[in-house]
Amino acid sequence: MGSEMALEFPRHLLELETLTRGQIEGLLSLAARFKRERAKARAGETPADRRGLLRGKSVVTLFFENSTRTRSSFEVAAKTLGADVLSFQKDVSSVAKGESLEDTVRNLDAIGADALVVRHPAAGAPRLVARVVRASVINAGDGAHEHPTQGLLDALSLRERWGTLEGKTVAIVGDIAHSRVARSNIHCLSKLGAQIRVGGPTTLIPAGIERLGCTVARSLREALTGADAVMALRIQNERIADARLPGARDYARTWGLNAQTLTMLPKEALVLHPGPVNRGVELSSDVLDSPRSLVMDQVDSGVAVRMAALALCLRAEVPK
Amino acid sequence: MILLDSGRVIDPANGIDGTRTVLIDGDHIREVREQPAMPAEKLVHQVIDCRGRWVLPGLVDLHVHLREPGEEGKETIATGARAAAAGGVTTLVAMPNTKPVCDSAALARFVAARGREAGFARVLPAGAITRGSLGEQLADMAELKEAGCVCVTDDGRPVMSAGVMRRALEYAGDLGIPVMVHAEDLTLSAGAAMNEGPIATRLGLSGVPAAAEVAMVQRDLLLAEMTGAHLHVAHVSAQGSVRAIRDAKARGVHVTAEAAPHHFTLTEEAVAGGLPRAHAGQPAADPYDTNAKMNPPLRAESDRQAVVAALEEGIIDAIATDHAPHGALDKQVEFVQAANGIIGLETSLALTLALVRSGELSLPRALERCTVGAARCFGLPYGTLGAGAIADVIVVDSEREWKVDPLRSWSKSRNTPFTGWTLRGKVVKTFVAGKLVHEESK
Repeated sequence: MGSEMALEFPRHLLELETLTRGQIEGLLSLAARFKRERAKARAGETPADRRGLLRGKSVVTLFFENSTRTRSSFEVAAKTLGADVLSFQKDVSSVAKGESLEDTVRNLDAIGADALVVRHPAAGAPRLVARVVRASVINAGDGAHEHPTQGLLDALSLRERWGTLEGKTVAIVGDIAHSRVARSNIHCLSKLGAQIRVGGPTTLIPAGIERLGCTVARSLREALTGADAVMALRIQNERIADARLPGARDYARTWGLNAQTLTMLPKEALVLHPGPVNRGVELSSDVLDSPRSLVMDQVDSGVAVRMAALALCLRAEVPK
Repeated sequence: MILLDSGRVIDPANGIDGTRTVLIDGDHIREVREQPAMPAEKLVHQVIDCRGRWVLPGLVDLHVHLREPGEEGKETIATGARAAAAGGVTTLVAMPNTKPVCDSAALARFVAARGREAGFARVLPAGAITRGSLGEQLADMAELKEAGCVCVTDDGRPVMSAGVMRRALEYAGDLGIPVMVHAEDLTLSAGAAMNEGPIATRLGLSGVPAAAEVAMVQRDLLLAEMTGAHLHVAHVSAQGSVRAIRDAKARGVHVTAEAAPHHFTLTEEAVAGGLPRAHAGQPAADPYDTNAKMNPPLRAESDRQAVVAALEEGIIDAIATDHAPHGALDKQVEFVQAANGIIGLETSLALTLALVRSGELSLPRALERCTVGAARCFGLPYGTLGAGAIADVIVVDSEREWKVDPLRSWSKSRNTPFTGWTLRGKVVKTFVAGKLVHEESK
């Protein structure tokens, strides 16, 4: 597959909305290989050494928002492929005072980055970056727009459990309005053949979300009935300040996933969460730690998907 | 005398549309007659052959940001007025949200004087409603009026306090000066970057519902009704506002309104890089193009259509550009952080004519809204070719195709969503008070 697939993958991974099913499946197949190799390594076997794939390339992670999981995941992915990794954590407030985003990234580009992994609180910021740099740009989350590698890693975890997403129903519950994870998942999973339902209080359901290719459930029961998986999204305290929610406990009363509400879900159905979890709010501890929870597998898939994204965007020649 | 010979004269103020010759005598119109220029006249007067051209009253633009004083890097009164002349705008109202805000006679006189010095277009100042446009205490409206302000407005922001707005309308009503409002309930629009709806949701941008505009229009119409004062609603963009203004006019409220070319040309799709159906062949911009960011935002197609219908019907009286120059520092940034607004003086007429070509607006109505319809909003004597009127006249090549190139704009700023668009209809000559201020080379 290597080179011909690499040719058709875009140089920048800005969003899943505009990727084709073929592009997504190609990336997932490569990620599945990387994931198996990681499992071998964990089991003490010696997998293929992938450090040659991006040797001599530099990958810069540029985070304008706090993140532990996504950034370390990208860094491990880049290092596993042999790239040099440089990380920048920028405080947006200090940026606002001085250098513009455009100037910041032009400088990093001039230093010689081959890939810029960008997380930014403003929707569309990675596209702005891609317009002014030579490097490949990988969106690691932009505002409430997209978080492409999250959508891909969720698809990978689900695909490995199910074989295919065709005909499956996935419910996404929580703060859809502010969630880039929800948007990337709607695009990604529906392209792979799944039906998506979103649910949450009306204050957290953005206008016209169904135009992205999902249905809106008006109750938790409606969201969960007959679903093959449910993804709980993080409920943030800011939502109380901006009057979208009275409080976390009140939210949990209607929309929280716990052992009791999960009886609405078929027994074999899976539970996902992009993390970090507010235990006891959107997801109770017993559910999070239960065998149906894919949460730790999602993290594992994350590294593999990011390896595949870097390899494809940077045109690495992956041997069979 | 100057004779504009045998052009197609369209003068909505006087119900004229036909081949006529316009005689300009000094700074005023001597007459508009059917007879072409005679050989004898050609010996003593300047005769300009206007056959195949349109001859129109100069355009009146009630809503222009000239940025001087305070942000001369974006525009000055001279460069803005020069752009106005190139766009056929002979009279413009300069918004007071400069730095400092135009809330005193000294500043209003400064703006008017700079306009006169530049000489490209008639620059009429607007004064603030409230001191510093902070929405708290009334500005010195009597003094502003004496200094030449033709309306008061806190444009760019609403007067959030209904109590202050009520008193402003009463006080301005006594003075006979219109109160122009930027209708926006800030508590509904907080944090928003574009119109609320499926496009905002897809792009992950926070949206402002049309209700943020409509609620304020409704409030101000009630207060105008209560006080009997003259309310002018700036940049109407929502169907609900059109409905409210229509109802208010029907019950006799003293209200006038304007709409901007971007609101009747584009929709919220532009933020995602989409083009309107009537302009499908034009070059599309990238998603998150900050030149598609304005306030009020580009709305839904149903809103656009409502605005166009209101222009035809006369619910909206005027086409006004809301010309809002910004530099790269304010526009080449993340969408949520970008400044609102676009330049518009040089594209206004061609975009208006595009509505006529698409069959959505009739030619006489279109031109009336840019000329006498706008002038009447503020009781200005311009926008007419009537005998004795000030000779603000433009000659237009209605068929000339031209490509919008912001690098060639007369404005200091380049923030337009119409870059690369091929438009039809170009102003070839502009006269202000009988003086040629702009001439287009072939």
